[in-house]
Amino acid sequence: MTALTLVALILVLAMAAYLAGRRRAVSTAAGDIRKLHSLPGYYGWFAALAAALPALTLLILWLIAQPIYLERAVLPDLPAATVADDTARALAMADVRRVAGGLDTAVATGAMTEAEAGRIRAELTDVRSRLAEVGVALGTSVAPETLRAAQSYRLASHSAVMMRDIAVIALALIGLAVALTLIRPDFRARNRVERVVLGALIAASTIAILTTVGIIWSMLSESLNFFAQYPAADFFFGLTWSPNFRGGSDLGFLPLLWGTLYISLVAMIVAVPLGLFTAIYLAEYASPRLRAWVKPLIEVIAGIPTVVFGLFALITVGPFLRDYFAQPLGLGTSGASVMTAGVVIGILNIPFISSLADDIINAVPQSLRDGSYGLGATRSETVRQVILPAALPGIVGAVLLATSRAIGETMIVTMGAGAAAKLSLNPFEAMTTMTVKIVGQLTGDTDFASPETLVAFALGITLFVITLGLNVFALYIVRKYREQYE
Amino acid sequence: MTDLTQAPMTPANSILGGSAEMRRRNAAEARFRLYGMVAISISLGVLAIMLWTIFADGVSAFRQAKLTFPITLSSEVLDPKGNANRDEMAKVTTIGYGKLIAAAFEAELTARGISTEGISAKDLAGLISKDAPGVLRAEVLADPSLLDTVQNRSILAAGRVDGYLKGRVTRETAERDNQISPAMLDLTDRLIEAGILSAPFNSRFLTSPDASDQRPEAAGLGVAILGSAYMMLLVALICVPIGVAASIYLEEFAPKNRLTDVIEVNISNLAAVPSIVFGILGLAVFINFAGFPQSSPLVGALVISLMTLPTIIIATRAAIRAVPPSIRGAALGVGASKMQTVFHHVLPLAMPGILTGAILGLASALGETAPLLLIGMVAFVDNYPAAPPEGLLDPATALPVQVYAWASRSDPAFIERSSGAIIVLLAFLVVMNVTAILLRRKFERRW
Repeated sequence: MTALTLVALILVLAMAAYLAGRRRAVSTAAGDIRKLHSLPGYYGWFAALAAALPALTLLILWLIAQPIYLERAVLPDLPAATVADDTARALAMADVRRVAGGLDTAVATGAMTEAEAGRIRAELTDVRSRLAEVGVALGTSVAPETLRAAQSYRLASHSAVMMRDIAVIALALIGLAVALTLIRPDFRARNRVERVVLGALIAASTIAILTTVGIIWSMLSESLNFFAQYPAADFFFGLTWSPNFRGGSDLGFLPLLWGTLYISLVAMIVAVPLGLFTAIYLAEYASPRLRAWVKPLIEVIAGIPTVVFGLFALITVGPFLRDYFAQPLGLGTSGASVMTAGVVIGILNIPFISSLADDIINAVPQSLRDGSYGLGATRSETVRQVILPAALPGIVGAVLLATSRAIGETMIVTMGAGAAAKLSLNPFEAMTTMTVKIVGQLTGDTDFASPETLVAFALGITLFVITLGLNVFALYIVRKYREQYE
Repeated sequence: MTDLTQAPMTPANSILGGSAEMRRRNAAEARFRLYGMVAISISLGVLAIMLWTIFADGVSAFRQAKLTFPITLSSEVLDPKGNANRDEMAKVTTIGYGKLIAAAFEAELTARGISTEGISAKDLAGLISKDAPGVLRAEVLADPSLLDTVQNRSILAAGRVDGYLKGRVTRETAERDNQISPAMLDLTDRLIEAGILSAPFNSRFLTSPDASDQRPEAAGLGVAILGSAYMMLLVALICVPIGVAASIYLEEFAPKNRLTDVIEVNISNLAAVPSIVFGILGLAVFINFAGFPQSSPLVGALVISLMTLPTIIIATRAAIRAVPPSIRGAALGVGASKMQTVFHHVLPLAMPGILTGAILGLASALGETAPLLLIGMVAFVDNYPAAPPEGLLDPATALPVQVYAWASRSDPAFIERSSGAIIVLLAFLVVMNVTAILLRRKFERRW
């Protein structure tokens, strides 16, 4: 039985348990459900949970433990030389598993009998061609030890699967039986069921914690691998970035940091004035009808996938800036540049800044405006001298949040900024960012032992720390000063 | 009395003008207002330019140059043994079919009296897409009864011919191009006149899989749409239940303690983590550690679910919070447990808001690209993934990743494809957003 069939069987069993539990509750109350502590359905649910939960837990544990057990069982069959270290062991086990899978297919399609599959010897038969007949392709011919190991692997896994099925189904039945004996009219089924549901709700909400832990753990462990192979000081203070997959690379982080910050700076120079003036106009000047139209339209920008902005940078903004600014000014001939990526990221961030700033401006109490108007100030004077100072901490927070987004932006820089890591001041030159290099080092053929691949994890955790730090700082500012008027 | 009528109606320092100081202030006011309007016009203008360029570039991907002429599927060439056995026929490769098509094309031109002066046989065959023989071969192998019949077929023209019809290829560029020459373009004009060459609606763009660098004319979105659909299905199945469960706990049950604070902080921070970091997480945890296959929709869906979860939780919590406490009080008052109150009353009343939030979350998940690059979904895939559940582990691509993959190829014909893919992507997004807005309009309730 496959694991999926087993799960289906347990679910069917649980449904039967629901009906049985419900009926038993009604019959113990002699048909008078007013005598029951809970509604009959809760007794059914209790029985179903008692049947399914322990059985499914056992199944999951078994699925995790079985490969480890099987590896133990098979290892003595393999020559000690092929299983000397972890990598070699993993490779040898993969071979064994593939041959065993091939034998299974051969038996399933009828090309071999069960007995034959257990008996054939690599010394006597060409196993590779026999398996090729049933469509199982093996890279090299099969060594006698591997075949023997595969045969014992098959035997062990068959008996393990058999035992698993029996144990899981038995546990489900035991759970059901226990539940049925517990069911009496004064049994508090609802409380039990609700406790399980509450457990599930708590489990769901801890996924957020698990994700953070997963992010930090995955990046930290690989980063430590990286720093074991490449000195941390050279990474953080190196001025050249030239990875070389044959080894001897310079993996200096500073050119990438410079590119990232330069592009984010350009983005903020575009986004902050545009976003802020948009927010001020919408909050202070626009008629309600104009606002009802313009605000959603501005937010459409935020709903467009970043890859669309990336293509826009690549085919429209890049050539435009090159032909009308960079080349006439003699500053460069590249369509991909800091300006291209920065301007497009800036546009992407306009709705982000404008909607945050809009909220913040609207949160400034009307009494401050009225006071200012009463003293004879014009609207723009009120905005500049009363509203903006009052909203400043919030706006600074919004700008920091937007900067953090610009630093983490990937698709636009991948398509619009170029791939050359440079320390230059010319905004029309192609430069690159941390995110571009993460994509570059982790796509295509990757070798997770080389520093050239592992550096992506070090870049990733640096990026994570920078953006998280900016966010925490921004939220702190926003939260601290928002309460001033409440 | 007369003094009064002669007095000036506006005082010297009225805000409506008069003094130089006031004029300066009013000018500043007008300028400030203008800045706001300029900012809005720039934002909306750039949005309009972006959408316009993409539509202008992409709409032509939905039309495709096709050559229509009769092809005799001679069994002498295609089935040399003459026994209609599929295994035997499979020995004839696409090269054989290519020659057959080229010969049929030449024969048609001769029969219609279209001059092919100055064009070699090789150039003539170059007008036909290299994808066409493969399509015809698959068709004949699937149905050997087609042998020895004359089939009137519309087959793909080469990418450059398609480009000429769409204005991408001109006689000037053809001079420098080794795949097409001005003489071939002259012939193309004659073919259009004769009605052999036309550009009908290109349904293959939506259905067929990706094609290699050399044949942009055959590239389609089939695998990408399927991959995105699988992922969205999984994301909805994973993300919505977990997100709703987490929101219910945090809004209705969570005590004020350390654990709750940690969860809250985590959710708000995860919402701001760059998407690429989730890609690294997916690569390290789901592929390297758990051993799921690369490029599979399952891994993509898991990564995107983790990313979308905070969005959905935030929307769901807002929807639950909007249900007034009186509803809860009433339910508790008639003897419902806390759990019954939530599941029987609060949740159904919050459902429209939850659905709206979930659809908007899915819409942003659909456009997510960067994490998918890291888990290998950018690979070239030209086989459709199988039906679920096995297909969830087959390699696939996704719509936004296909946009990126095509944009990074060198042939300019792929820019058209890429823009076309964006049109499809945006169409899906518009449908999802409109659904969400309509849901909100229909079920929105003021308490």
